[in-house]
Amino acid sequence: MPELLLELLSEEIPAGLQDKGAADLLRLVKEGLKEQALEFDEANGFATARRLTVVVIGLPKTQPDVHAERKGPGINAPDQAIQGFLKSVGRTREELETRETPKGTVLYFSQTTPGRPTAQVLVDVLASAIGHVTWAKFMHWADNTFRWVRPLHGIMAVFDGKVIDLSLDLGPEKITASDTTTGHRYMAPDPIEVSGFDDYRDKLKSAKVILDAGERREIIRDGAEALAKVAGLRLRVDEGLIGEIAGLVEWPVPLMGRIDEAFIDLPPEVLATSMAKHQRYLALENSDGELAPHFIVVANIGASDGGAAIIAGNERVLRARLADAEFFWDQDRKKPLADYLPQLAEITFHRKLGSLAEKSERVESLAVQIAAFVPGADVDQVRSAARLAKADLVTGVVGEFANLQGIMGRYYALADGEPDAIADAIRDQYSPKGPYDDCPSAPVSVALCLAERIDTLVGLWAIEEKPTGSKDPFALRRAALGVIRLVVENRVNLNIALVLRDVALRTINDIDHENLEFLEYLGNRRIPENGDFRRTESRFLSNQLLDFFAARMAVQFQEQGIRHDIIKAIFPEKLEMDDTNIVRNIDLVSVMENAFTLSDFLKTNDGENLLVAYRRASKIVEKEGKKDRREYKGIPDPALLKDPAELELKAALDIARLEGETKKEEGDFPGAMLALSKLRAPVDNFFEEVMVNDENQSLRENRLKLLWFIQGTIWMVADFSKIEG
Amino acid sequence: MSGTGGGASFQDLILTLQHFWADQGCVVLQSYDLEMGAATFHPATLLKSLGPDPWRAAFVQPCRRPTDGRYGENPNRLGQYYQFQVILKPSPDNIQDLYLESLGMLGIDSNQHDIRFVEDDWESPTLGAAGLGWEVWCDGMEVTQFTYFQQVGGIECTSVPGEITYGLERLAMYVQQKENVFDLDWNGAGVTYGDVFLRNEQEFSKYNFELADASALQNQFAQAEKACGELLAAALALPAYDQCIKASHLFNLLDARGVISVTERAAMIGRIRALAKGCCEAWLAIEKTEA
Repeated sequence: MPELLLELLSEEIPAGLQDKGAADLLRLVKEGLKEQALEFDEANGFATARRLTVVVIGLPKTQPDVHAERKGPGINAPDQAIQGFLKSVGRTREELETRETPKGTVLYFSQTTPGRPTAQVLVDVLASAIGHVTWAKFMHWADNTFRWVRPLHGIMAVFDGKVIDLSLDLGPEKITASDTTTGHRYMAPDPIEVSGFDDYRDKLKSAKVILDAGERREIIRDGAEALAKVAGLRLRVDEGLIGEIAGLVEWPVPLMGRIDEAFIDLPPEVLATSMAKHQRYLALENSDGELAPHFIVVANIGASDGGAAIIAGNERVLRARLADAEFFWDQDRKKPLADYLPQLAEITFHRKLGSLAEKSERVESLAVQIAAFVPGADVDQVRSAARLAKADLVTGVVGEFANLQGIMGRYYALADGEPDAIADAIRDQYSPKGPYDDCPSAPVSVALCLAERIDTLVGLWAIEEKPTGSKDPFALRRAALGVIRLVVENRVNLNIALVLRDVALRTINDIDHENLEFLEYLGNRRIPENGDFRRTESRFLSNQLLDFFAARMAVQFQEQGIRHDIIKAIFPEKLEMDDTNIVRNIDLVSVMENAFTLSDFLKTNDGENLLVAYRRASKIVEKEGKKDRREYKGIPDPALLKDPAELELKAALDIARLEGETKKEEGDFPGAMLALSKLRAPVDNFFEEVMVNDENQSLRENRLKLLWFIQGTIWMVADFSKIEG
Repeated sequence: MSGTGGGASFQDLILTLQHFWADQGCVVLQSYDLEMGAATFHPATLLKSLGPDPWRAAFVQPCRRPTDGRYGENPNRLGQYYQFQVILKPSPDNIQDLYLESLGMLGIDSNQHDIRFVEDDWESPTLGAAGLGWEVWCDGMEVTQFTYFQQVGGIECTSVPGEITYGLERLAMYVQQKENVFDLDWNGAGVTYGDVFLRNEQEFSKYNFELADASALQNQFAQAEKACGELLAAALALPAYDQCIKASHLFNLLDARGVISVTERAAMIGRIRALAKGCCEAWLAIEKTEA
């Protein structure tokens, strides 16, 4: 079966955009083929620094024929109808056939349109696919109106061994498709004529281009490992970096260079960053796992001197880079970390939330408050760690390597003789960064990390910098996830509702007094008439944040098999909006545990039945309430309970309620669940034996209240109305 | 070609590049006679990038980056250095090949060295300019900025110029295999880069970081801004643009002096961008009237 091969040859495509470009082109070609009813066996996309390639295997030589049919009016229909039909199909009466139908003889139009040759159809399919590829950044070049990621120079388009008659209009220039491409920019720049995909891939390989990114990655990894082995070392595998390098080179040649001994005493993170971020070198380690004084550079060329000049050049560059880093490292340690603190006043954290110095002060007081709930956290150490946490941001090394924030702070704190717990907390403050990386567990670190994130969340939420859709410029989802992980994984029994309310109140007070601009902004939303404004505003804020936490927890625990509706059912009610100081205790550790218990319970027979009963009860109450335009709620009147089944149910509810409440207060959620499960039999029995809609109105009302009471009793433990499915 | 460490002398590099690009139809210009942070500020780059007319030029431009000065004590950092600038408008199809050929003329064989085009999108907030391209690496060292301008002075480029900016000191250090910029062989006859420029680095670092009179600079900035506005009102794009270049350099001096706060910094950049934008618009308007 014939095969389609398309290659777009351009100037160097940024490494990070290649995979998406190839995937886009592949998808568009496949969609175009489908639209044209062209089926195929297999389609693949490839990308290198200079080319996007698509191959489609098993296409037909022509499109399938298309058969069209239309039933017309009967042969004896009025002339007007017949003429109308003839006009609509563009045929004369004689050209149409007639067919016998149960309704008599009717006119029929039928037509078979022969499929066009695939090579012809492909001209438009490919032009359209190329025109619809989207890049994160497009560019113009020369005088052309066409845009691509970098200047596009050649199109190779071959179907069934022949060139496709495709010409891409760049306006004013044109690119005409051919069956030739070129090999490696330096090693094999001459034209290569190609007949099909296998031929193409093989010829490219001879011309020093490895088409498949996976194969390039393998060559890099294997080559680097082999070099490491010879030197008695191990490669530190960094798949992200290997992937990036694979996008920079068409012909990867790993080479090993040496790190000048003079720099080996620099913090290993400084060496690693300088090598990986700036130079894209792979790091090696010795048998103890320490950074070895060697690096792997992956060249894009097999040089005739075996790479000696390339290695020497790279070693020289690295020396210059490290000399720079060493200068800052030495400078930075000339004064204690605390001496950098005044400079934080000059760095804006956020225009509406003040400087980093102000943020640090807020975090410090919050961290001290939180420390009381973190077992083993020394309050003085927490205070010191919070105070010093941001100082490294104004040091020279962090100025050069922003990703070393915290890590450098730890080194400088240790150099000043600070205890490990403080130094480690300074390093840990930016962790966890996602759902899977290590979560700090040292008590001082946990207190600082929580304070840092809660301050950020409340502050940015207060000034309406909330995440929306795919946009989360301040990574607040990550911050909330961090709080959840820190609390749950370290079992910190902290009333998050209370903390959020307090911080919200403090934030609003701060902003209120000190930030005129923010006050004006708030003024547009709510007019601050009296002191209550701040309290209302802070409740409003913390309620929104609790919703946010519930939503993030749902996402987080979904992966552990807890459905999102279970989290919703467990997450306690929000704060009251009226002016009381009562704040519910929302402890995320319990929320998590209870969610697991409820999830398990609902999988049991008792759980399932109770859910069915709950729904049945609430459906009836809702329906009857709607019918009578009133709400049926309240405690049922014992005097009106007649039927043994309803008496039995009421008694069971009273017991379940008492037992459930007690167990819940004792923190025994499974016990509370168990108490509820005892309701199953009496509820089932009630529905079997008792007619709710009794003719006697007062009996009916009382029974509806009894149904409401079932819900109320269950709500005490979990909100079953949130459970789906 | 001659030199102590092997490879061409500093001035040979310049002469070679000038000849090479003259052969490609570039007019060879001299440096602009105002202080500037990058050769992109030269009117032959910035203003000539606008409009539909073809333009090819090559020139050396001293660039002043006051904050990068290190009192002549750092072997890799300078407060003033040279760029060799090439501007080709519209960008020719073989611009990368021409560039690689020029490296060959400098003694960098692309079959022996690892020359890489690594993504580097360029943006100049002060000039309202942006472009896409690469930094060119030679064995891991960035030796050139290669940019297709997309926007200048806030105006889209209809005919896209390709800008090639060689870092001459970096290239020379590479070609001569020197680890300290001040050891570069300048002329192949015993004069080093340090002989020519070490004292400049020492004295200008002292001036830039310690002695520059901030309030005088602030006044000069305001004057340049005012003059630029007046000249734009008189439809004199080039003299107005000189004032814009001056304002930009004064801003760099104030920045090095460490007297600009974060918010002030953003505001001043915005003011310079407004000047650059005005100059670019005036330049195009006048060009159109004449045509």
